[in-house]
Amino acid sequence: MTRYRVSVHIVPRKGILDPQGKAVADALHTLGFRDVEDARIGRHIVLDVAARTPDAAGDAVRQMCERLLANPVTEDYEIARVEGLS
Amino acid sequence: MKFGVVTFPGSNCDYDAFHAVVDVLGEHAVYLWHKDHDLQGVDVVILPGGFSYGDYLRAGAIARFSPIMREVAAHARRGGPVLAVCNGFQIACEAGLLPGALLRNASLSFLGQFVRVRVENIDTMFTNRYAPGQILRIPIAHGEGRFTADEDTLNRLEGEGQVAFRYVNADGRLDAESNPNGSQRAIAGIVSAEGNVMGLMPHPERAVESLVGSNDGLGIFQSMLARVSA
Repeated sequence: MTRYRVSVHIVPRKGILDPQGKAVADALHTLGFRDVEDARIGRHIVLDVAARTPDAAGDAVRQMCERLLANPVTEDYEIARVEGLS
Repeated sequence: MKFGVVTFPGSNCDYDAFHAVVDVLGEHAVYLWHKDHDLQGVDVVILPGGFSYGDYLRAGAIARFSPIMREVAAHARRGGPVLAVCNGFQIACEAGLLPGALLRNASLSFLGQFVRVRVENIDTMFTNRYAPGQILRIPIAHGEGRFTADEDTLNRLEGEGQVAFRYVNADGRLDAESNPNGSQRAIAGIVSAEGNVMGLMPHPERAVESLVGSNDGLGIFQSMLARVSA
């Protein structure tokens, strides 16, 4: 088994009102960043897991997202990165 | 009738629920610790308000995996009544006992205030003591109460009479200002498809004595007594 560091991005699903994201987008507009069309605020979770392969580590985290880390009703998740730890 | 009030780490309305049942209704109640595996033969389970597990990750996301929740889910599958208030509603949604999710209030503010809700369906085990369209004054206290579900689910909830309460103004009408958290279709409370699980953001257990502002919440408890004892 090897240790892997897996990063997951979890964001509010498109179409679901994200008041935090809207507040931040409004603030950016106020600062002059007029090109910002949308902002959504979610979570970034970093997990260290033991697995046989990088794919297995990603699969394990995917299951964790399905069962706990993301809410399937309102959120989407994406495995952003899997890196081996020495 | 025997009520079981579940105490999670971070629950803070469990005593209020116990008080409503025992001191106001004159019924029996026991506290059920989140690590217990036994419902002690209760007829009704109350999932109370609070901040179980500090609302870490998402409100209710971790509490749903407490040992007692396995028994609560089995009780619900048998048709046993479950009243899920505020954080309890969030837990029930996370546990799949009710559809949808409760997201951050649209205003981003925590809201502690009286609201008005309209009784949308009196043909449930939680609302049969109310009049159709009756307007209740009940307090809310939450930061994450914006009821959200996909369009199909919302249509089904409305079509099947599962919407129990909606936020309204003093005239009993829907408007944006009276929907405190931006809930879709102004939904304040729902019942499960089988009708035996109710989730609502307002706190009926804090509206059982006119001395503290309202006893409009009492009807929910009396409705359960009428139905479950029958």
